[in-house]
Amino acid sequence: MDPNYPVASPENSRIPIGDIEQWLHMYEQMLKIRLFEEQVNELYKSAKMPGLAHLYLGEEAIAVGVCETLNKDDYITSTHRGHGHCLAKGAAVNLMFAELLGKAAGYCRGKGGSMHIADPESGNLGANAIVGAGSGIATGAALSIKLRGTNQVAVAFFGEGALGQGLVYEVMNMAALWKLPVIYICENNHYTEYTYYEEVMAGKLADRPAAFGIPAEEVDGQDIRQVVAAAQRAVERARNGQGPSFIVCDTYRYSGHHVGDINRGYYRSKEEEDLWKAERDPLKQARDWLVTEMKAPDSIFEEIERRVNEEIRLGVEFALRAPYPDPSEVTENVYA
Amino acid sequence: MFTHNLSTLQALNVPMREITMSQAIHDALAEEMRRDPTVFIIGEDVAEAGTPFKVLMGLVDEFGKERVIDAPISEPGFASLGVGAAMTGMRPVVDIMFGDFLGLVMDAIANQAAKIHYMSGGKLKAPIVFRTTLGATRRAAAQHSQSLQAWPSHIPGLKVVLPATPYDAKGLLKTAIRDNNPVVFLEDKLSWQMKGFVPESEYTIPFGVADIKRQGSHITLVGTSSMVQVALAAAEKLAEIGISAEVIDPRTTFPLDKETIIESVKKTSRAIVLDEGYERYGVTAEIASVIADGAFYYLDAPVKRMGAMDVPVPFSPSLEECTVPTPDAVFEMAKTLCGKN
Repeated sequence: MDPNYPVASPENSRIPIGDIEQWLHMYEQMLKIRLFEEQVNELYKSAKMPGLAHLYLGEEAIAVGVCETLNKDDYITSTHRGHGHCLAKGAAVNLMFAELLGKAAGYCRGKGGSMHIADPESGNLGANAIVGAGSGIATGAALSIKLRGTNQVAVAFFGEGALGQGLVYEVMNMAALWKLPVIYICENNHYTEYTYYEEVMAGKLADRPAAFGIPAEEVDGQDIRQVVAAAQRAVERARNGQGPSFIVCDTYRYSGHHVGDINRGYYRSKEEEDLWKAERDPLKQARDWLVTEMKAPDSIFEEIERRVNEEIRLGVEFALRAPYPDPSEVTENVYA
Repeated sequence: MFTHNLSTLQALNVPMREITMSQAIHDALAEEMRRDPTVFIIGEDVAEAGTPFKVLMGLVDEFGKERVIDAPISEPGFASLGVGAAMTGMRPVVDIMFGDFLGLVMDAIANQAAKIHYMSGGKLKAPIVFRTTLGATRRAAAQHSQSLQAWPSHIPGLKVVLPATPYDAKGLLKTAIRDNNPVVFLEDKLSWQMKGFVPESEYTIPFGVADIKRQGSHITLVGTSSMVQVALAAAEKLAEIGISAEVIDPRTTFPLDKETIIESVKKTSRAIVLDEGYERYGVTAEIASVIADGAFYYLDAPVKRMGAMDVPVPFSPSLEECTVPTPDAVFEMAKTLCGKN
């Protein structure tokens, strides 16, 4: 890797202790995603949710850490594993659940489902079920930002599996050439579906964007402080007209590729899963830091848990009670 | 204007000028870019080169490289950029140099642009035009000669335009740019030098309005794009032997003006459908089924289809010539249907 590219390390990536309220808010957002996804799994197991879902459990610090550095009118594109990104960018829990259950009150009136939640009001240009496709849309949004002359940025979230898609390189080339305000967030959760990523990927992840002259950082995606610090640098570059950045976040997918992927022994061990959960859990790490270094009292976490649990409970209730779309809606919105 | 038929406008003495199809495309883009600052062009060699076909020559001088953007040879990449830009307030015109390259960009067109409005429950939209080409007989062989309009026509969420004259090309391209949906706009490479009249004043042509290119009473020839001229030439020959052929140009395969086609066949009782796409599962099949469904009790003969031969387009002139319907072939088919053999 080019020595000029910043590499995250404890020395340069931990931002100074700032506003504790903001860190607690980030913890709350991570917890919201954690409990949301656990509830999604319950809805699947109890056959209340049609179809499947790809859970973001274990990766919460990335979505929250990145989205907390963005403004409401900044854009994101998400993936099939997108609930965390949508919530972190500002989606409401109840409307998310409603969409997952295929209800008319959902973000897409039940037409999108788990893999297609879009919410332009919060800058979310949509989760995308074609791996890598969101990178093209986010880069296009960045081109649009440049042409319209606004100060927005666009963020493309994708997994390391998307680096198998040629599209990602085509758009990174154009983003670098034209200095587009786009940030590529590569969530390396180590498994491209059911395959360990190194079995299908030559070389180092961060060398690829570096080939286009795009600054690439590698951070511990389980440490929200590192994610925030790297994202802040990338956002600043983008807003200053310095072009794209690429951040590789080392993370882990706690659950299977999707909710139905239960028996995972043929591609990874239970011990490995347990180790990540015990030693590198993003919520545990954030809480430990907030308690020991920021002196946050336990009572604050009890309050946060109570609030988030209530939001999730009400959200599920709302979604379960909400009506399905009328069949007459099937032909609506094919054309604008 | 209350009519979208060139002959009618000419009969009404609407002031006209004669230009090529290429100029018509160029002028439509220039007018829309002047009118709407969100319109921009992106593609390979679109700026100073004006594309290899020179259709866009000069646009970069007026609108600059920010709005006439030379992209790398990355069709999936710049098509996707177009979709993202369209979703965030711009109106891109994406230049796909050859229709065959639709194979490279179908994810952006069919999975992204076509579906985003529906998938988002109507919250997002992608007002984008993909300009590309169709047409064989340029000795360009199998990967630069196909007429793939059936592909986008198959996908809900897309609109598909097949202009056959300068008048249609200009009016339809302006409509395409103003449409809030993704539009695939296919131009016949061999028609760019065709000359024709266009009104001097501003006009647009709505989608889904077929044009009766020639009135007739014995047989209906439905032709798209390059096949409109083939149908008109066949009609001329048929007139010499007393067969009056009506030539209908749907102009858009979606939305499709079924009514005009069906009404014509109800009048003539016979129909041949012509399109330069492969005959198999093609545009001709869809339109033939529309006729069979809508004019069944009026038909005196089976509806016939004529498209490109179901082979990859060959290089050698002696082979390539066999693959595309000709006026003579249409003439013979029409004669048979009319019982004149």
